[in-house]
Amino acid sequence: MSRHTLSVLVENRPGVLTRVTSLFARRNFNIHSLTVGPTERSEISRMTIVVDVEKQPLEQVTKQLNKLVNVLKIVELEDDASVQRELLLVKVRADATVRGEVLSTVQLFRAHVVDVAPDAVTVEATGSPDKLAALLRVLEPFGVRELVQSGSVALARGGRAISDRALRSA
Amino acid sequence: MPDVTPVSTTDTALPLDPTLPVASLTGAQSLVRSLEAVGVEVVFGIPGGTILPTYDPLMDSPHVRHVLVRHEQGAGHAAEGYAVATGKVGVCMATSGPGATNLVTPLADAHMDSVPVVAITGQVGTAAIGTDAFQEADITGITLPITKHSYLVTDPADIPRVVKEAFHLASTGRPGPVLVDVPKSVQQSVTSFEWPTEVDLPGYRPVTRPHGKQVKEAARMIAAAHRPVFYIGGGLVKADAAAEMTALADLTGIPGTTTLMARGVLPDSHPTNLGMPGMHGTVAAVTALQKADLLIALGARFDDRVTGQLSTFAPHAKVIHADIDPAEIGKNRAVDVPIVGDGKLVVAELTAALRAEFEANGRTDITPWQELTESWRREYPLGYTDSEDGTLAPQHVISRIGAIAGPEALYVAGVGQHQMWSAQFVRYEHPRTWLNSGGLGTMGYAVPAAMGAKVGRPEAVVWAIDGDGCFQMTNQELATCTLNGIPVKVAIINNSSLGMVRQWQTLFYSERYSNTDLNSGAHHGAHSAPVPDFVKLAEAYGCVGLRCERPEDVDATIEKAMAINDVPVVVDFRVHRDAMVWPMVEAGVSNDAIQYARGVSPRWDREEGADTASGPEKVVS
Repeated sequence: MSRHTLSVLVENRPGVLTRVTSLFARRNFNIHSLTVGPTERSEISRMTIVVDVEKQPLEQVTKQLNKLVNVLKIVELEDDASVQRELLLVKVRADATVRGEVLSTVQLFRAHVVDVAPDAVTVEATGSPDKLAALLRVLEPFGVRELVQSGSVALARGGRAISDRALRSA
Repeated sequence: MPDVTPVSTTDTALPLDPTLPVASLTGAQSLVRSLEAVGVEVVFGIPGGTILPTYDPLMDSPHVRHVLVRHEQGAGHAAEGYAVATGKVGVCMATSGPGATNLVTPLADAHMDSVPVVAITGQVGTAAIGTDAFQEADITGITLPITKHSYLVTDPADIPRVVKEAFHLASTGRPGPVLVDVPKSVQQSVTSFEWPTEVDLPGYRPVTRPHGKQVKEAARMIAAAHRPVFYIGGGLVKADAAAEMTALADLTGIPGTTTLMARGVLPDSHPTNLGMPGMHGTVAAVTALQKADLLIALGARFDDRVTGQLSTFAPHAKVIHADIDPAEIGKNRAVDVPIVGDGKLVVAELTAALRAEFEANGRTDITPWQELTESWRREYPLGYTDSEDGTLAPQHVISRIGAIAGPEALYVAGVGQHQMWSAQFVRYEHPRTWLNSGGLGTMGYAVPAAMGAKVGRPEAVVWAIDGDGCFQMTNQELATCTLNGIPVKVAIINNSSLGMVRQWQTLFYSERYSNTDLNSGAHHGAHSAPVPDFVKLAEAYGCVGLRCERPEDVDATIEKAMAINDVPVVVDFRVHRDAMVWPMVEAGVSNDAIQYARGVSPRWDREEGADTASGPEKVVS
């Protein structure tokens, strides 16, 4: 089992997300994370899908995705040739006695405090999954009240855009 | 009922040419005009609350014939039958909620067998969507995994574009079903009509022309092979590639197998045709694939009913796999030479490339392989055993129907034993003469699909060869056939059982016949008489009902049915229930374990002149 990141351009139409997730369910593919949002073109959305598959089924995943009429283009983003980021919001127990210690940890990870309460702070951090996991490991001893984490968003490194190449290349 | 606003749809006369623009009309009128503009000749359907606005202008259409069916499933299968028989897109129409959900089975069927169908469904008004309104069902959601694509139209101005796209999607690339869901409020709104000249689908660009390099590589591999076999699938029927396939077989002399979906695309009379592969395939076809050193798969998808246990399927073979759908290539079996393209073009270009290859570099002599496969065909022909009690053998009935109706007739089967016998014992010489539900295995397909086929090919003799179980699932469409002048012929191969299930109970469940006795034929037990009486049932529907119980009456009964061409005919052939489908490869085992008859395996190592294995006593073809 290995993890692959697919960047998928889709038409910005109702139901497209359902079509993609329904396909994954029906074909017994595993989604690790999925994010979707607008792009530089209003009629096109971009999904970043992280899947857990063997190499052979990955080809099936992309071929089946390509059959969806609303899917325009699929590119696999290799880890070392792309930038991948997740967003983490975490509410950490921090009364006056430990607040200083929490804040210095936050600074070390170049994260931000976005909300403060008498007994807690909310921290925002972005980064690779590894970096966010490391941050959480350090914050955990203070007491994590709750947390929310996004899936990966990713872009290929270098000057080219996904839409530079001919459509439907994957 | 909600929003019963009467709507006048025909205030002004619309131009007769449906492709001309109209400044003001209702969404319903736009929908009917779009169907006209795209060239629809016939729609199978049933009106209801939310599709009512469209049925009003449909009544006046000079171009579109509507056939009022008795159940929406019948409309869907009729659309499929029409599509397979003609090569055009079949169209069915239903209202929202239960009307739409009744289309689910035929849509799934069309999806599995790549049949071009467009389904138009009414939907509750846009304001009511999501409120659990009367007869509301999320049909685009329900059918998402079983359609090639689907639309929920929210703006009436989109109707012409959506209809044009739907027909384009259904009929091009790998064909399949497309659903168009139109809310009642959209049908009732006023809009304008402009027929689009182009289809703009940036995410849909099926590759039709095969890659020249791949074709060349395939030709090189074929020329070098010692034991090549064509594994011909239904894709070649869809691609109308019968002439090209015959030319390729003529040129190469390579033994060919035609799958359940491909029967007729290479004539059964062609000397290279070994018959059907798979679970109930011929010994020659199954064995040729097992022993091959090269499979040339053309429009086939390595279905489990063909491969048996995948890991032991054709273990010595390299694979050339050509298909219009790239996702099929490498899905089940690793491929050495993939070719994505339209079957007609692929086969034609492969033939040209092979001709060049043979001329330039010669080819391996495959005469020993041809002789070997031919010897399997001679030694293990399809056959059957007559019943011991003098009742009808189902295989005899089916082979006589095939012989008397001939290769120009269309044969439409349900699912089960009778389907396998119809695939085996009717000789198919042309594509689109054999219709059945292969992938989904839908019992009840035959009668409505035969109806649709007869509408599309009114000059052809259309035989539905059905089982007594299947027939009882959809026979209400006989009313449609009688009332609309669609004189199909139905042969009920009545063994009073769910025969294929019973066969498995015989073989794998110690003859414990749990719930497979239908009490509908010669073997009626609990009740004093068979229920239903199929002859009376046929007569109740305005058909001619015939019954045949003795072998000596079979030909005369078929001739009698052939002579009736003004109304549908239903023949109750009461066959013996212990007949089984042979050969057979048990589910999940290697195709090497094919049994020619119960407990009889082909013997490959026996010496010349030794006794033949005790197989079927009657031999066909």
